[in-house]
Amino acid sequence: MQEIPASFWTLLAGIVVTAISFWVGQNHGLFPEQASNQAPLVDGFFNFMFTIAVAFFLVVQGAIVVFIIRYRRRPGDDADGSSVRENLPLEILWTAIPAIIVIGLGVYSVDVYRDMGGLPSSGMMMAHHHSRGSALAAPLEVQTSPALTATTYGLGGAPMAEENHTPDLTVNVTGLQFAWIFNYANQQVTAGELHVPRGQDVLLKMTANDVIHSFWVPQFRIKQDVFPGQFTELRFIATKTGEFPVVCAELCGSYHGGMRTRVIVQEPADFERWLTESQVAQASGQTVAQATPSTLLTSYAQDLGITQETLAQLPH
Amino acid sequence: MTPAQIPVQTLVPQGEHPPAWKWYDYFTFNIDHKVIGIQYLVLAFLSYLVGGVMALGMRAELYTPDSDFLAPAVYNALLTNHGTIMIFFWVVPAAIGGFGNFLIPLMIGARDMAFPKLNAIAFWLNPPAAILLMTSLFFGGSQSGWTAYPPLSLITASHAQSLWILSIILVGTSSILGSLNFVITIWKMRVPSMKLDEVPLFCWAMLATSILALFSTPVLAIGLTLLFFDINFGTSFFRPEAGGDVVMYQHLFWFYSHPAVYLMILPIFGIMSEVIPVHARRPIFGYKAIAYSSLAICVVGLFVWVHHMFSSGTPPWMRLFFTVSTLLVAVPTGVKIFGWVATLWGGKIRFTTAMLFAIGMLSMFVVGGLSGVTLGAPAFDLHVHDTYYIVGHFHYVLFGGSVFGLYAGIYHWFPKITGRMLNEPLGRLHFAMTFVGTHLTFLPMHELGMKGMPRRVAMYDPQFEFLNHLCTFGAILLGLSVLPLLINAIWSWSRGPKAGDNPWRALSLEWTTSSPPLVENWPVLPVVTVGPYDYGTKESS
Repeated sequence: MQEIPASFWTLLAGIVVTAISFWVGQNHGLFPEQASNQAPLVDGFFNFMFTIAVAFFLVVQGAIVVFIIRYRRRPGDDADGSSVRENLPLEILWTAIPAIIVIGLGVYSVDVYRDMGGLPSSGMMMAHHHSRGSALAAPLEVQTSPALTATTYGLGGAPMAEENHTPDLTVNVTGLQFAWIFNYANQQVTAGELHVPRGQDVLLKMTANDVIHSFWVPQFRIKQDVFPGQFTELRFIATKTGEFPVVCAELCGSYHGGMRTRVIVQEPADFERWLTESQVAQASGQTVAQATPSTLLTSYAQDLGITQETLAQLPH
Repeated sequence: MTPAQIPVQTLVPQGEHPPAWKWYDYFTFNIDHKVIGIQYLVLAFLSYLVGGVMALGMRAELYTPDSDFLAPAVYNALLTNHGTIMIFFWVVPAAIGGFGNFLIPLMIGARDMAFPKLNAIAFWLNPPAAILLMTSLFFGGSQSGWTAYPPLSLITASHAQSLWILSIILVGTSSILGSLNFVITIWKMRVPSMKLDEVPLFCWAMLATSILALFSTPVLAIGLTLLFFDINFGTSFFRPEAGGDVVMYQHLFWFYSHPAVYLMILPIFGIMSEVIPVHARRPIFGYKAIAYSSLAICVVGLFVWVHHMFSSGTPPWMRLFFTVSTLLVAVPTGVKIFGWVATLWGGKIRFTTAMLFAIGMLSMFVVGGLSGVTLGAPAFDLHVHDTYYIVGHFHYVLFGGSVFGLYAGIYHWFPKITGRMLNEPLGRLHFAMTFVGTHLTFLPMHELGMKGMPRRVAMYDPQFEFLNHLCTFGAILLGLSVLPLLINAIWSWSRGPKAGDNPWRALSLEWTTSSPPLVENWPVLPVVTVGPYDYGTKESS
């Protein structure tokens, strides 16, 4: 009986590895749902990387398994193995292929990062910087001066690739041990949960009161650290109504794990209604507009697992 | 016959063991590099046990979503000190101080390190550092993570944080002194008959490691000293309310602490390059590529630190520059992995426990390396930064990689260090438990992070409970897996079968002397007649 040629097995293995990699890369189910305009970009980028990674994984682990079975020492055989020490073309090949892949990944990642709004003030967008700066300095932005915007880091670019676009809604975010406060300065509303309208361009201007926190919404796939004495920003368009967790991702003290709240994505009409109701309620002094962090948090103390003494130590 | 012509193998006849150090010599300021190596290894292993117990405490807390087993401050103290101990008191001292000191002079045919007293001083900075760290636990323990980011580190448990800083500065000083010694020893003290391309790859890896430590460690010391001043002397380098810059601390910290990752893996790469050829009975594939890729990792590794800060206060150009440099590190690392896999090709592989751990390291490190590439670009990293995905990734690198490599080294060189063989069935049990436990503990963490669980939390969303159960079961298995090793090591050290000079029929110089080696390593310095990887050639048979 004739043997099947090795090149056939290599080809078959290549096809199988490729097929498995593509299938796993698209069907791994590791992400939570997508709820922002950035989420599909991030997921697409990860799936691309994951496909390549699965292929590498299968090839390397496959080689290890095949070699340790095929080249195991047989009982009684105390001789040495092959004395081959190098193979220059092979070594060039396995240096060049990863090099090309990582350079390609690097270029692709810049593209994705720009589409996510990560390059707000570089290159071509310098021309728009002035107009954007003046928009930010408008009276709506009570806390922001042009000097501060110059050093603002984060994903602040317009998420729809319309570079001149000013955000539809700006929310001031304050992180403190162990809660988030959302201030709609223009509408005189302050809340412990973030409400945003679906399909609108939202800019978060964030700072912290005490230590570093990090604002993360897993379903939005975006994250930015929040610093005391400095502003950072995130900009996104929520694409799906619903309630999603806002998670602090930077160790900020004992109850770091409890520093969670929600972002509530509503249809624009529902959002406007909520905003108006909150405005009325807060104007009559019923809720949190004038509250200090500690009074604001009193009702949440039980959920946060902290005591009134801890609250009393908060800066007022 | 002149000494230069004496065949290496007959210098110390089988069974004739010269006087060795007494047990109490290991508790003194001894300047023998082998004593110092063993001192490092034993202290590091004890630290590993302490750090492991801390990890089990955390996994117990994380079995349930609520914070119900430990007080939250205690949990944060455990996570800080677990990281600190595993990095600064286990992997770094075991790999660099332990194996580096024991093996380098033996591998290059030297009687000791270039500066033996400096070497002893470097070791003896470690016990006081360990005492300082343990003392800090009585002041509540430092609670700001091993990263100690201000302002949290400035306002939380100040006494413990100050002791923590002093402890790290001591081990950092030890690392600088040790590295200086390694560079000079490897460069100047090779036996004259050893050509540069006959230097064992472990020594190349240690050279790269030491250069990296010399460049980066002082920067950490600067950052921590400024932090110490801020906490105790009223300065405000990192106090935002007084104009300090918290992001500057992060740069100082990661300028050292990213290279620290390479300090923990480059010596392990060296161990891999020694263990695999011996047990596969094959020359290492691509000696030059593996040697130079260590140096390439050393150089590129100095310019990737900002990938730890993609979500911090970093401008876009910085995020993109460090994306490119980070992704590039994958290339020299891949060269090594492919070289080791190719070394398995055509071998006659003996599945000793040392080889099992080396193959296990290879397999695990591929996973950690690939997940590392996915983290190199902010487009994805911004989602998973500071989540359990990161915890999963770096444990595949540091446990699946570094600790598996250390285990391989322990099983491989235990006969040389103690003169006795370890028990193989117990070793295989140890390997099986560790291999299963590692995957069970760390694989689910990737999904946890991607689905939304941040790291360093004592309480989490109940939807993550099932995967956390898996992690905790895996951690228990990993905890138990240390028992076969402990029993094996303690029993074999006194009662194991005698090893003889060269139980693995290996070719590097450390196997040409007695086991354990005599006080000045050889009666007459060996002559290199065969390269360290010349398996399967005429010269070696």
